[in-house]
Amino acid sequence: MAQIFHRSTNTISRVSLFGVVFVIAGLLWLIAQVHRSPWSTDAHVAKEQPIQFSHERHVGGNGIDCRYCHTSVEASRFAGIPPTKTCMNCHSEIFASSPFLRPVHDSFEDDRAIEWTRVHDLPDFVHFDHSIHVSKGVGCTTCHGPVDRMPLIAQQHSLQMEWCLDCHRRPEAFVRPRSAVFSVSYQPPANQLEIGRRLVDQYQIQKLTNCSTCHQ
Amino acid sequence: MSREPETPVSSLQPPASGRVFWRTLDELADDPAFRERLHNEFPSAVEAIADPLERRTFLKVMGASLALAGVTACTRQPAETIVPYVRQPEETVPGKPLFYATAMTLGGVGTGLLVESHEGRPTKIEGNPDHPGSRGATDVFAQAAILDLYDPDRARALTNLGEIRPWADFLAMMRSVLSAQQAREGGGLRILTEPVSSPTLAAGIQELLSRLPQAKWHRWDSAGRGNAHAGARLAFGDIVDVQYRFEQADVIVAIDSDFLGGGPGCLRYARDFASRRRPTEADRMSRLYAIESMPSLTGSRADHRFGLRPGQIPRAALALARELGVSGASQAPEIVRVDVAAIARDLTAHRGSSLIIAGDGQPPFVHALAHAMNDALGNVGRTLVYSDPVEASPVDHLDSLRELTTDMNAGRVDALLVLGGNPVYSAPVDLAFGEAMEKVPLRVHLGSHEDETSERCHWQIPEAHFLESWSDVRAYDGTVSIVQPLISPLYGGRTSHEVIGALSETPETSPYDIVRAHWLNRVSPGAAEPTPAFEAAWRRWLHDGVVPDSAFAARTAALQPDAAAAMESASSRWAADTSGPRSFDIAFLSDPCVLDGRFANNAWLQELPKPITRLTWDNAVIVSPATAERLQVGGHPAYTGGERGQIVSDLVDLRFKGRTVRGAIFPVVGHPDDCATVHLGYGRRRGGRVAAGNGFDANALRTSDAMWSGPGLEIAKAGGDYPLACTQYHHLMEGRGMVRAATREEFIANPRVVHEGFESPPKTLTLYPDFTYEGYKWGMAIDVNACTGCNACVVSCQAENNIPVVGKEQVLRGREMHWLRVDSYYGGVADDPQTYFQPVPCMHCENAPCEVVCPVAATVHSDEGLNDMVYNRCIGTRYCSNNCPYKVRRFNYLLYQDWETPSLKLGRNPDVTVRSRGVMEKCTYCVQRINEAKIASEKEDRKVRDGEIKTACQAVCPTDAIVFGDLNDPASRVAGLKAEARNYSLLDELNTRPRTSYLAAVRNVNPEIGE
Repeated sequence: MAQIFHRSTNTISRVSLFGVVFVIAGLLWLIAQVHRSPWSTDAHVAKEQPIQFSHERHVGGNGIDCRYCHTSVEASRFAGIPPTKTCMNCHSEIFASSPFLRPVHDSFEDDRAIEWTRVHDLPDFVHFDHSIHVSKGVGCTTCHGPVDRMPLIAQQHSLQMEWCLDCHRRPEAFVRPRSAVFSVSYQPPANQLEIGRRLVDQYQIQKLTNCSTCHQ
Repeated sequence: MSREPETPVSSLQPPASGRVFWRTLDELADDPAFRERLHNEFPSAVEAIADPLERRTFLKVMGASLALAGVTACTRQPAETIVPYVRQPEETVPGKPLFYATAMTLGGVGTGLLVESHEGRPTKIEGNPDHPGSRGATDVFAQAAILDLYDPDRARALTNLGEIRPWADFLAMMRSVLSAQQAREGGGLRILTEPVSSPTLAAGIQELLSRLPQAKWHRWDSAGRGNAHAGARLAFGDIVDVQYRFEQADVIVAIDSDFLGGGPGCLRYARDFASRRRPTEADRMSRLYAIESMPSLTGSRADHRFGLRPGQIPRAALALARELGVSGASQAPEIVRVDVAAIARDLTAHRGSSLIIAGDGQPPFVHALAHAMNDALGNVGRTLVYSDPVEASPVDHLDSLRELTTDMNAGRVDALLVLGGNPVYSAPVDLAFGEAMEKVPLRVHLGSHEDETSERCHWQIPEAHFLESWSDVRAYDGTVSIVQPLISPLYGGRTSHEVIGALSETPETSPYDIVRAHWLNRVSPGAAEPTPAFEAAWRRWLHDGVVPDSAFAARTAALQPDAAAAMESASSRWAADTSGPRSFDIAFLSDPCVLDGRFANNAWLQELPKPITRLTWDNAVIVSPATAERLQVGGHPAYTGGERGQIVSDLVDLRFKGRTVRGAIFPVVGHPDDCATVHLGYGRRRGGRVAAGNGFDANALRTSDAMWSGPGLEIAKAGGDYPLACTQYHHLMEGRGMVRAATREEFIANPRVVHEGFESPPKTLTLYPDFTYEGYKWGMAIDVNACTGCNACVVSCQAENNIPVVGKEQVLRGREMHWLRVDSYYGGVADDPQTYFQPVPCMHCENAPCEVVCPVAATVHSDEGLNDMVYNRCIGTRYCSNNCPYKVRRFNYLLYQDWETPSLKLGRNPDVTVRSRGVMEKCTYCVQRINEAKIASEKEDRKVRDGEIKTACQAVCPTDAIVFGDLNDPASRVAGLKAEARNYSLLDELNTRPRTSYLAAVRNVNPEIGE
């Protein structure tokens, strides 16, 4: 009886058997990459806002402290988005007639809130508290990046759980002195790990990796 | 469904050795057929569940949804917006809740509350520790008020004959009424309210009556306290309220009084009562006797409970009074079931520290007898004090409603204002109130829902919820609280103040101004503008939630010389036993969950298993097991899968005074024979999607001569059956020791008596390494001895943790979602059992069986001993639930949570994840509260203080039965309780080492009577 399959079929079958493993692995790798990409995480994606508010101008240029607007960052889980009144503290005088500020004036006069698009958006099953992080020496820029150089604010990190856990497992690599928490120009020193270990000890920072720390 | 022969109840006796507990009669009988059903995991009854999907369709849909489920994982988060304030209010810190003091009115009596508000949305209610009627605790109704506020079925607009009208139209209409009535001095105007204790509203109505002297103010509450008031008048010639001092009482006799379960001051009374029931202070333990019909919370906590049919209870009171030598009770009959002599001896031995309480449903002469007995025992001024009545200018509600009906029928009423309540539904059927109302040319109803009364009214005004209102109210002791709103009326609701104000010179005055004007006049009489003294006082009242020194002073009330003769003549018709052996008594009670129907549209309360019966979503005809057997009717557990159960009950016709109502029968152990108890508040025709269609309307049998009970009921089997969603049949004991109890004598002789017969496995009996806890080690102790079974913890947990309701059909399948359930256990013999309540949250086991079986590590042990549940990891295998011996895990079989209705979203706790379909959930020990307290303490560089964290269930408990804290801190309260000899763990023998443990119940049994 003649052979049904040509000899080359052996090679093809071997290649495809191994190939399946690589194809599956490759697919998984692709999914993981897509999942971590800015397409999924929105990292580095500047969002369109009702007002072209520039952190670069206000923080970098004018040197306004983060807490002037984000007032509840030390008291509450929510750092706070400033009420229109806060904008009007200055802009009732400065650039009062600028067309870019028209929505601010409209909001103040009509008593209608400005609807900002949320940039840092954690999933609903995650509970995050700003106040405890800043009180334990996690700087604003550690998570939010160089805000003073961002004309339009964009998320700087993936905000995925592995990113959170990086710090929750190794806080010494990220913490800074409490005095520098709100500094936008702070750069981690060369001996960060050494200083970090001391601060972890001093601030009694715990490596909280329990699920219920964030998922409640 | 086939019915197996049941073992006759009369032959049921617990096994001879040891203290045995049981949950249901079927368990006690241990019928082989019952056992078989119990162990049948896939019973044939499953087929009875209507399943529209055939198997093939099911597979197709499953295949498609599996594929789609994979696709849904690829979606990105939808964009969200942040909406800051334009001008941020002072004191507001976004993300931090604020608490405001206010008060809830029920039956004209206020309970002080602290309401949690997240950015202007009230989300959770706690008791006000400074309020005498609360002392930090709340009842189920206050807990469920949040859902009432956001109820999407509330009346949403002011309507005239169904057409939406502006408020100005109503005011104009009221002006014309006023001008027409002024000529007649108000002769055609009638106002019908619920009992009023609000000083402002009472003054407003009185002011109106002074301008229109011929107008009349009527009051109606189907659970009104008319009998108590009439009894006081009989004894003292004047209406007084009684305040009890349970902390002073050594011996208490409750005559059909459920002082722990409801009524004015019940939260305070429960706390005071529990303070004298601590086995650690065994010498101070008080003793409680309860003489009652339907088993109540008070009867369940009693050391001796005597179940009598309603007609016998006044006779027992007479017998006790004669035994105590009270004049006016000479015709006392013999009562065989109550050991009156022994009770009387116990009372006499505790002169000045005993207490006799008559329930609101008892006829006036029983109240008068109780007053006379307390007087004879020298208790007045010690264990009870008299005060002015809390209700403003009290009237007998039944007389008041009858007079109104007569006037309406005679055409003497031109305009009727019904301010709150639902009298068309709740009035006694023989008054035919609804038909009489039709004869009034102008009918106005202020009500929260479009109900049976609004249906018959021209004008329907949406009533503002108390969380939307300015008002004031008196507590059980007269203490005034200002009711302040937490939120603007969601649907333009109005208060009674505004409707009464519409008939005044200044109809546009806001309720805020009305209430303030009243109190300004009290603080600074005659002042036109608010004075600084008033402003300071007002701010303090609002902040504290109480007006200081506003409680009524104790007053004297002397027994009238002719009281004895009056009691004698009133009691004569009760002295002779008229009830024949074959006739039944009927008793009417407000439902423990929906009361007179006012909470019928509250799904939290509908799904809350009622204390004692553990029924949800329905009322039933409650009889004793022996009576059910005699009538050859009953309920049979029908299983819809494994341990889950439902009751399929026979339908019966109740015939009383020529009227008939059909309901499902439900035998309850401890209920007296030859009588039936029916609960009001069900069988609503209108009132919302949840209210309508549940149970039967017992008001259709309630006549004005038998408001609370009456003889002459006939019960006939109607044919057909009815499924009752009864959670008592979920999770059976299967012979395991679940609850532990002892008598006081046993406990004093051997404090470890409750551990006899139980064996704890050694701690080393596990393959897994021990956990170490360096920081906190959370734990909970629940005192079964203190628990009154009031259910407040269950609803509090539901409100705090965003727990959905599932509906009757799902409860029938055992899918209720309560993270915390209150189990009831019976001990002793079937016809006279002792009852124990045991709240069961997650045990947070040391060797947790759930943790080791989860394939995706969605339930894991935390460094502080919590058994964490991670919703976003859960894939819904339900292995954990199968492996949990305590059955505290709850699975979202369907999308139970309402993700659509906008108003319901406002009421959710923003600190707790809202779970979706296919996810397991369970008690977390309120981990959001733990985290909040930990963060607060870390920011101050200190440890969490003992008592700083109160779980939701603990915070509302009136008797302090639940204590949570750090087990690593030997000085903590919870550590102290766990070191007590009474401390035991549930199912200890399984070596799960639960960190929720229990303290055994101790009963102070009178040795003369015995157990």
